[in-house]
Formats: sequence, structure tokens, C-alpha cells
Amino acid sequence: MSDGFEIQYAGSALGNAPAPVTPRNVPNRGGDANPSAAALRQQFGDAIQRVEVVWGVTNVYVRPDRVLDIVRWLHDDNSQRYDYLSDVTAVEFRDMEAPIEVVWHLRSLPFRRELRLKAQLPTGKPLEIASVWSIYKGADWLERECFDMFGIRFVGHPDLRRILMWEQYREGFPLRKDFPLRGRFSRAEQLRQALAANPEARYSMEELSIADAFEDLPTEMRKRLQGGERTGE
Amino acid sequence: MGLTPRPEHRVVEYNPTSQEGWVATRLDFLVNWGRANSLWPMPFGTACCAIEFMATAASRFDLARFGMERMSFSPRQADVLICAGRVPFKLAPVIRRIWQQMPQPKWAIAMGACASSGNIFDNYAVVQGIDTIIPVDVYVPGCPPRPEGLMYGIMLLQEKVKRERMNDKTIRSEMEPDPNSKLYIPAPVIDELSEPFGNSVHQTRSGL
Amino acid sequence: MATQKRTVEVALSTTGVDAQGRPQRVPLVTADDGSPVAVEAPPMVEPDLAGEHMLINIGPQHPATHGVLRLVLELDGETVVRCIPHVGYLHCGFEKLGEYRQYNQILPLTDREDYLNAMGNNVGFVMSAERLFGIEITERCKVLRVIACELSRIASHLVWLGTTCIDIGAFTPFLWAFQQREYIYDLIEKWVGARLTPTITRVGGLAADIPDGWMTELRNFTAKFPNTVDEIDKMLTKNGIWVGRTVGLGVMTPDEATNYGLSGPMLRASGVAYDVRKDFPYYDYETYDFDVPVGTNGDVYDRYLVRMEELRQSVRIIEQAANRLPDGPINVDDPRVILPSKSKATSEMESMIHHFKLVMEGPRPPLGEAYVAMESPKGEKGYYMVSDGTSKPVRWRIRPPSFVNLSAIPKMVEGHLLSDVIAINASIDIVMGEIDR
Repeated sequence: MSDGFEIQYAGSALGNAPAPVTPRNVPNRGGDANPSAAALRQQFGDAIQRVEVVWGVTNVYVRPDRVLDIVRWLHDDNSQRYDYLSDVTAVEFRDMEAPIEVVWHLRSLPFRRELRLKAQLPTGKPLEIASVWSIYKGADWLERECFDMFGIRFVGHPDLRRILMWEQYREGFPLRKDFPLRGRFSRAEQLRQALAANPEARYSMEELSIADAFEDLPTEMRKRLQGGERTGE
Repeated sequence: MGLTPRPEHRVVEYNPTSQEGWVATRLDFLVNWGRANSLWPMPFGTACCAIEFMATAASRFDLARFGMERMSFSPRQADVLICAGRVPFKLAPVIRRIWQQMPQPKWAIAMGACASSGNIFDNYAVVQGIDTIIPVDVYVPGCPPRPEGLMYGIMLLQEKVKRERMNDKTIRSEMEPDPNSKLYIPAPVIDELSEPFGNSVHQTRSGL
Repeated sequence: MATQKRTVEVALSTTGVDAQGRPQRVPLVTADDGSPVAVEAPPMVEPDLAGEHMLINIGPQHPATHGVLRLVLELDGETVVRCIPHVGYLHCGFEKLGEYRQYNQILPLTDREDYLNAMGNNVGFVMSAERLFGIEITERCKVLRVIACELSRIASHLVWLGTTCIDIGAFTPFLWAFQQREYIYDLIEKWVGARLTPTITRVGGLAADIPDGWMTELRNFTAKFPNTVDEIDKMLTKNGIWVGRTVGLGVMTPDEATNYGLSGPMLRASGVAYDVRKDFPYYDYETYDFDVPVGTNGDVYDRYLVRMEELRQSVRIIEQAANRLPDGPINVDDPRVILPSKSKATSEMESMIHHFKLVMEGPRPPLGEAYVAMESPKGEKGYYMVSDGTSKPVRWRIRPPSFVNLSAIPKMVEGHLLSDVIAINASIDIVMGEIDR
């Protein structure tokens, strides 16, 4: 057996920098910006709309159509090396006029840096943004969840379908502000729709086509699936 | 079953012409004693209550002294379904199917506030009490209930089991859901049971 | 006399199958005197065993999936060709609920989300909330929160250990681990009154200060707990069955692990030394003397070793914290978030109004957003909250480490056997409450 992997240390690109300390008295606005913000400005010019430092974290607002290039540069460039994607999420504000923001939290483990990228999706148009799955595999389920909760389509995602709610969920996108807390339908109707799924239909058509096993199912099960019966996924 | 009113148990029905005699009473006692003291649980554990259930089964609180240490994860071999944890709508057909797969005699314990009524999750995703989906015998409140609380609920279930009579034909009947809507109880009753009450009515305001 | 032919169906094991896959029949001929004479059997055809793939379903109700997880596996014999996980069976709308709750009212939700690490979640939440409010907490509060986090870490790893042992087949360590958890529950119960869902922090401080004698009991626990870790270690670490069932499974290379966004022991077992406590520290973790175990093989066995060592390191941190616990108030002296004392609120009008406003409206942070990550036993946990100046957040996002860790499972189980799937699933240390929220 091999010796195992070589250990990669966070902060390896920082050389002899002192060990990090707990931040104290972080200001509301202002403070030192992440050097990547300046580098981004230099590299991408006006694709970077705004840079703000809020409670110690640098927020970079970018144009939605340039997101993939920017993230790819941040990942590949040797002076940035943002190799870790913490989170992909979206924020919808209570103000109906305000655009929905898609937020990426990136970390550079070699440089020990944290960056927050934001792209504002304009209201009135269908919600679409590039998927960063081709750069970070960890974005797979995070983007699926964002789609499930907000309805934002991630262009380039290999398998964008609902993940937390079942695929035939008809009430809408739960985390939108126009979606009421208790859902749109009455409780009995929600139960009816939930119970309409037959867990013994077992596999969705998609899974069966993956396994190329549809022909091998018992006739009764095939009839059920062809009749549109859903597994509750 | 859990929702039909049971006759008052302190009232003894005496029917002079009935054929139920000494043998039938002893048989009842034996069967119920056997059932009550060896209830094999089907732990339908979803969330935090499942951890407290595990703690109840572990050394300090020990469910083995109730005859319940044999957790049967197959519903076909279980007596009592202990729903420990919150049940979202996506999980509803699963718990319904597991309940239907359990053979009679079977009982259900709703462990915790989430299984009993939905608890703090009064929102689009959570079933407001599993008694809207399956018939429940004992509700154990708490979030999560202490192991002693769960054991008290189990003891109450044992009392309930011991009160069953074999010549009561309605007690072990399988409740069939309405074929169209798949609901056991009428829709308006479900809506009424699931209505928010108390403080949660006011908490739908955001802002302020 | 005419010979009589009788055909008798012979078991498969003796003759194999014919070209149509049916068991071959060997006709028996009886000779004149009635004794059977076997006719020469036609040549054997080996059945084609490397045939179709099988699709099986594990869960959502299953003893070994650590919650309501559904795995659909495509199997070639016993080898997994593809795995499709389905989550969402415990989705309870936490993030939606958070938008309708004041900041202190969201705290009970954080307990129930990763219920094994309830105190740690509480601390993580108020860390972000206090960053959003711009509050610096007192020193005593910091040290007590560190103790709470590390006790939670021990409790969570004990559940992981117990359930993983059951999955792989060892029942006894489960009982040992849960017995130790009972001691931790006793400690927490003496502190705030609840076992599993303590809600131990408040924005700006704690729910309650530790009672008298609590420190002694904590020291008793930390003195005796390493013995249990040693016992479990002795039982498992060099055990042939354990090693045979865990070594070489579910390997993730360091680059893959970073790219998939793995964190916590999953990432460290793969050789990436990233621990939020060391690299993005909080609550003066840089002043505590502790080590972070890092594995080099990225398999299930390494993850086990990493977590076992983390148990010991957590005990070290708790002992240091217990030694340095300063006296002083636990709540910061900030009227924006902290309720006035009951005696003042019932005697002074201003305090009564202050109390009323804080309870009815809740503390209101300035406009802004905060994301502070902490090292939960599962990985990098962070709460991202956006405030619009009102007492309820506009968006409350939980960065779920188990969710991202679990998304790597299709990669990890390919090519392994069915029973390895259970072991690999157990090694990720998932909590469905956190995955589905």
C-alpha cells in the first residue's frame, strides 16, 4: 500500500506569517478588504460592480453574466487559489423591488482568505445564473437546493432537480417571500398530494433509465410507472 | 383507532346472558399480558427524539426490562410503531406504508411534540401530527421527551393493551383510508387539527 | 419389453443450464430389469453470471442509514456501480421559519437542526448573530461557550462511534458510548435543565451561569472519560475485523476532498489540514494548546482514527478552559440585546419598557450580513444571516457540513461492495436534521 497522501496545510501559501487570531471589535463597515477584491478589479474591470467590507468580510458584487469567468479565475489563478467553496445560496429581500442576490462563499485554504461573491438577478426576468459545478463539485447539491427553494436555474448544472421537496411538488418555491409560511394549499390538500405518492413504485423513470432495468420490472410495476404513478421523490 | 372514543374503562359491562366466562377472561388476561410485556417496537426515528429513544434503549434507562430491546426494523415483525421525530410531507407516504405493512395487533406511539402535533414546525413542510396519517394510541409530549417520559408512555400503552378484550370485534380492525384522497379522517377535521393556535398565529408577521 | 422413459428434473448444481437458461433435464431411462440408466447428458453451458445490473433501494426507513436517507444503488452482483442518494425526507423548513422569528427565538431551532451537536449549534448561531450586532461578549462567556462546544463535540462523536459500531457489527461500544453521553447529559441538565436541546446561549450571553459544583463534576467527567476512549480504542483500533472492514474504503484524495467541499474529519482524514478553529479562529482558540489530527489515507479507518483522537483533544481543551475560567458576568452589558434584571424591570418604569420592547419586538441589529464559521463535529458549520434592520432576519442560511459531505457519497462508494456502503455512509457522520433542515 502506498504511503498515503501528502498532507496539505491550510495557510501553506503564506510562508512565515503569524498564526491567525480571533478577530476582535470587527467594524460594521470599512476595515481591511480582502486583497482579492483589488486583484479582481484589476483583472475584470467593470464586471465588478461594487466592493464592500461588511463585518470584516469582503463582499464583491459581480455582473451575473461574468460569474463563471470570475469564479474560474479565482480558482485557477496562483495568486488567488480559492480552492474551497463553502456555500452557494440566495437571498430575497422583503422589498419587492430589490433584486434576488445569489451569494457564493469562497475560501482560499492556502492563503487563509474568505470572500463573498454576490450577483444580483434582476426582477421581472427568469432567474438564471451560471453554475459553478464545473469548477467545484461541491456546488452540485448546494445549487440544487437553491433551485428547489428559490427557483433559480443554474445553467450548466448536470442534474438540476428538486432535492429537499419531492419532484412533483406543486406549491412553488418555499423560500420566496411571496410563498406563505404554511404553504399555499390547505393542510388536507397538502396531505392528499403527499400521500398520492406510492413509495412502492420505488424508482423514478430516471433511475430506471440509468440502470436500463425497466424491462426487468414486474408487469404490474411497469404499468404503474407508465401510468404516471410517482414514487414521492 | 386512536381517534375513535373508547368506552370508559372504569365501567364494567355486565351482560348476564353473554357467554364470556371464566375461561375467556383468563385467556384475555394471558394474551394481553403476553402482548404488553413483549411489545417489539418499530423505531421510526427521524430526528432528535430518535436519539432520546436510543438513550432510552441504552444502559441507563434500558428498554429491555419492558421486553422492548428487540428493535424490529422490519414492520412485518413489529408490534408498536414508535414515531420518534418530525415527519415532513415527503415522509408521509412512507410512514403510512410502514403502518400498513405492520400486521395486527399493532399500536402506535407518537413520541415527542413533533409527531403529536407538529411542534414548532408549523409550516409548509411538516405534517401537523401523525394522527392525521395513521391512528395513534399514545402521545408522549416533550421536545424531546425525557426517557422517563417515553417509558411512562410505554407503560400507558401497556395498560391500554391489557384493557383489550378478545370479544370486542372492532378493536383490531384495520382502518382503511378513503381510496380517493388516501385520508383516514375527513379533510375538514385535518384542517381543524392542524390549525395554528396560541402564539404561532402571531408569528407569521415578518418585519416589525 | 419396451423401455420407459422418465424425465426427472435434476437440480441445477449438477448439470448447469441450457442455452435458454433453463435447468437442464437429464432423462433417465429404465432398463429392462427396471433399474434406471442415465443417458449421457448434453454438454454443460455455464450460465452467464455477469448479466444485468440490479437496482436496490436502501431506506428511507432503515436502521443503518443514520436517519431518513434513501440510497438507490445500482449493483453488479454485490459491487456498487452507481449510487443515487435522495434526501429531503426530514426537510422541515428551518430557514423559512427563521425569517419569522426574532434572533433569540431562532435559537431553539438551531438545537433541533443538528441535534447531536446542539450546544455547538447554539454557539455557532450566536457567533454570527453577535457579529451582526457588533457585540463583543465577556471573557467568562467565551470560555463557557468553548466548554459547551467541546462537550458537544464529544457527545456527537460518541453517537457517531456508537452507531458506526452497530452498523459494522459491534454492539458493545454503543452502550459504552451512550453511557458516557448520559454523563454529559447530566452536566448539561444541571446547567440549563434540558438534555438534548439545551438552547444554552442567548445573543450577548448565556441562558444561565453554571451552578455551584458544576466545575467539579466537569473535572470528574474529564478525568474518567479518557478511560472509556482507551477501552474502545483497545477494542477496535487493532481489531482484525474492524480493520478489515474499514481500511481502504471510500477513499477521497485531498484535491477531490477540497473540491467537493468536504470539511471536518472527512477532509482531515484525506490529508488536508484545515480546521476552522486553527485557521479562522474564534473565541481565542489560538490560545488553547491542542492538536488537530490529520489522516493520510482518506479511508474509513482514517476517519475513525481522526475522530477518536479528536475526542482526546476535546478533553484537553475542556481541561484548559476549566482552568482558566474567569469570574465575571456572563451577559454583555448591552441594553440593545440583554434584558434588564427582573428586580429593575419590576421597579423602574424605563426598565419595564425596555424589557417589554426587547421581548415583544426583539433585539434589532443594524443593516448588514454576517457569516461566521465554526468547527462543528461534522465540519465547517456557519450561519449566514442578513438583516434589514428589523428584529427578524431577512435570510437565515445554515451552511450544512453533512449535506456537502454526503454529496460526495456517489463518488466514494463506486466499486465497493454493498456492505461497504453502510460502512462508508457511517463514516461520513451525517445528521439528517442538518442535511434536510
